[in-house]
Amino acid sequence: MSLQLGTYAKISWCPGCPNNQILVAFRKAVTELCESGALKEENIVAAAGIGCHAKILDYLNMNTFNALHGRAIPAIEGVKAANPALTVVAFSGDGDSYSEGLTHLIHAAQRNSDINVFIHDNQIFALTTGQATATSPKGFKGLTRPSGSIEEPIDPLRMMMNAGATFVARTYAGEFEKTKEIMKAAIAHKGMSFIDIAQPCITFFDTRDFYKDNITWLPEGHNVTDLDAAYHATKQSDGKIPMGIFYQVETPTFEQQL
Amino acid sequence: METVKQNIPVFTVAVGGAAGDGIKEGGLHLAELAQRLGCFAYLTMEYPSLIRGGHNFGRMTYGASEVHADHSALDAVIAMNAESALLHQDELKDDAIVFVDTPHAEALKDIGRKVVAIPMSQAVKEVGAPHAAGPSVGVGAYCYLAGLSRENAEALLGKIFGDILGGVAMNVALALRGYDAAKESGLTPRTELYVDGACAHTGVLLEGNKAVALGFLSAGLEFYIGYPMTPASGILHFLAKEAVGGALTVIHPEDEIASINMALGVAYAGKRVATGTATGGFALMQEAFSFAGVSELPLAVAVSQRQGPATGAATRTSQGDLRFVISSGHGEFPRMVIAPGDAEEAYTAGRIALNLAWKFQTPAIVLLDKQLSESYQTTVVDGAAKQITPHKAQEEGDYQRFRFSPDGVSPLAFPGTPNTKVKATSYEHDEFGIASDKPEMVQAMQEKRWKKMEGIRADAHNFETVKVYGDPAAKNAVIFFGSTKGSVLEAAKMIDTPLRLVQVLWMEPFPEEEVAKALEGAIRIIDVEANHNAQFAGLLREKTGIVCHEKILKFDARPFDPAVLAAELRSKLSLS
Ligand SMILES: Cc1ncc(C[n+]2csc(CCOP(=O)(O)OP(=O)(O)O)c2C)c(N)n1
Repeated sequence: MSLQLGTYAKISWCPGCPNNQILVAFRKAVTELCESGALKEENIVAAAGIGCHAKILDYLNMNTFNALHGRAIPAIEGVKAANPALTVVAFSGDGDSYSEGLTHLIHAAQRNSDINVFIHDNQIFALTTGQATATSPKGFKGLTRPSGSIEEPIDPLRMMMNAGATFVARTYAGEFEKTKEIMKAAIAHKGMSFIDIAQPCITFFDTRDFYKDNITWLPEGHNVTDLDAAYHATKQSDGKIPMGIFYQVETPTFEQQL
Repeated sequence: METVKQNIPVFTVAVGGAAGDGIKEGGLHLAELAQRLGCFAYLTMEYPSLIRGGHNFGRMTYGASEVHADHSALDAVIAMNAESALLHQDELKDDAIVFVDTPHAEALKDIGRKVVAIPMSQAVKEVGAPHAAGPSVGVGAYCYLAGLSRENAEALLGKIFGDILGGVAMNVALALRGYDAAKESGLTPRTELYVDGACAHTGVLLEGNKAVALGFLSAGLEFYIGYPMTPASGILHFLAKEAVGGALTVIHPEDEIASINMALGVAYAGKRVATGTATGGFALMQEAFSFAGVSELPLAVAVSQRQGPATGAATRTSQGDLRFVISSGHGEFPRMVIAPGDAEEAYTAGRIALNLAWKFQTPAIVLLDKQLSESYQTTVVDGAAKQITPHKAQEEGDYQRFRFSPDGVSPLAFPGTPNTKVKATSYEHDEFGIASDKPEMVQAMQEKRWKKMEGIRADAHNFETVKVYGDPAAKNAVIFFGSTKGSVLEAAKMIDTPLRLVQVLWMEPFPEEEVAKALEGAIRIIDVEANHNAQFAGLLREKTGIVCHEKILKFDARPFDPAVLAAELRSKLSLS
């Protein structure tokens, strides 16, 4: 029996929005995991905060938890703690988890909660029509600072490594197959899995051309257990944006010790 | 201080010192001593928000009949320093005895009461006990004052000390040093202080925080998630201990916002959960409280008031958040708010809140305050009794989390159930749980949720929403809620005029009919509450049209003292 992961909800993302690619990658990842017997459909819970990214839940015919803005992470930590047999995934945005709910992101990593956090990082508050977030480049002209942002962007991957995440990856929404594989690896990982998904916002911050020219994948031999190497690999002197699984180690999870 | 005549006498002993002097333990030992004599006891702890120094004070009132609040008129003080006696100079009865640690006796020479120097700190040093065991010496001195024989005292003391502060034997030895020192001072025992309650009760000392936690447990609590904040931390600490090696799970996450959102995740996954905090922490939880309402997730919340605004008087009591708490969360959705008046009621309220949250799939609050949360009272509860109200379970057929039903309650299923998709959402939604802002759907979902209020109101009739004490036919009525109950019941003991004492326990839904019935025929209604704006009187008027003729308000962050309140009530009663 093949999974029916779509719903009757009408997709309300902008036509061509890369959120669609993230949706398809996730549906495909879930389908493959269920078909291989690795997961049972009823044992998956997908959560989200609030933002364009969060609309993904309405397009998923499965257990979903649409939390408040910034609060998907504590909610799924609660779900996981209450029933460790469940596999939990939180879709979140850069506004949702690098601004509003940043505390939760850091602490989920610190406690190595066995959750998956997939950030739709479009470097913008999209649903509120275009303000700079913590990952917008310096000088970005958003609605709240029309003359250009004056803050340096954070490096979410390094932040998460510092915080103690045990699976840290970056992918590009446009690379659907690779995104799906990284999602599957994250879900298979026991512990806090974090994926920053570079996602152009075609309406307010169209980075499609930039990413087309500037993506590079981590080399085959990258040692994912070497924290130092992982840390330095997030940035390249040539300005290219490295993608892939940077860091992955196995340590006891919060729920195992609870 | 004027001594007020009471029908059944009560006595009050206080212990005071700096933070770190073991004042809380000293107070508890005094209360345990009274309990062992078969008396009813009530112990209040007052302390500032600091760890060392300052003035900590425990006041314990006991007697042979129920004691609902501590009294300020003191029969004896155990003072670890001079300040502890001087600050309470005006509360000392004429025949009060001041036991003071010997080095500070000189400083009390002008206090005008009998001062007995007891070498408390010296005794502690000599036996090698921790500094905080000092008050144990004073407890022994009090045993002598109350006319207990040395043998009787020794036997009782062996039962009141525990594994802390050097252990039972060491503290008994310290107390006996105090007993002997009091005797050697030539003090005459005041045998009236030895109230033989003859085991009139089977109660234990229980504080509101522990009581509400036991109430949650009796309704099947599986998870408690909270962030420390006085005066609610006691719930978290007690349950954290309970959780060790047991079925209960306790989590202390990064903040209150995480606490409540995590709790909602737990409820969604099908486990009975509560969170708790002080009113400041609850302010942070507002958005998620509203989320519980729209997503119909069952959640019990213990909220303990302390004096605000903001950080306010962090360790002091208040009833200033009634309006805030009953209106909590943006948007309109049904909720329950129960305000117990003592530890026994806190236990029941905890149980009702968690059970009804699950029955009606909407949040329920137990509203406490510092005075109730942290004061110890002789209480009888059956902590082991479980009374778990079941929830409406999934039926055959396609599952819809928010299916319309005549009573507004939808079947509850949890993730992990085959062929069942469980959706929770903070958006307004359709029956399946997909976001919808269509006007018909928005209206229908609100009507669905509000239908549950009818069920809640009907259920409330099974519980005590209003209690009447004193003379139910008296023309003069006093109305109150929460911990003020204790002060009012104690004050009423000192008033000859017949009084109808009306306690309202349910704040939301408000028991309009029951309150109206309780006040029927009263010609004078006096409102007593611990806030500036008479929030309860306003609520009463809003819900029932009943206007309180007189108000006694207190907003200095301290509970009502029974004798002072009695005087105020008498003056209101004398008005024509
Ligand atoms: C408490 C709260 N504050 C603000 C908002 C308004 N709001 C909705 S979405 C959003 C930002 C979303 O940005 P992001 O998480 O990056 O998601 P995107 O829309 O870009 O996918 C904000 C600020 C809200 N819903 N709740």
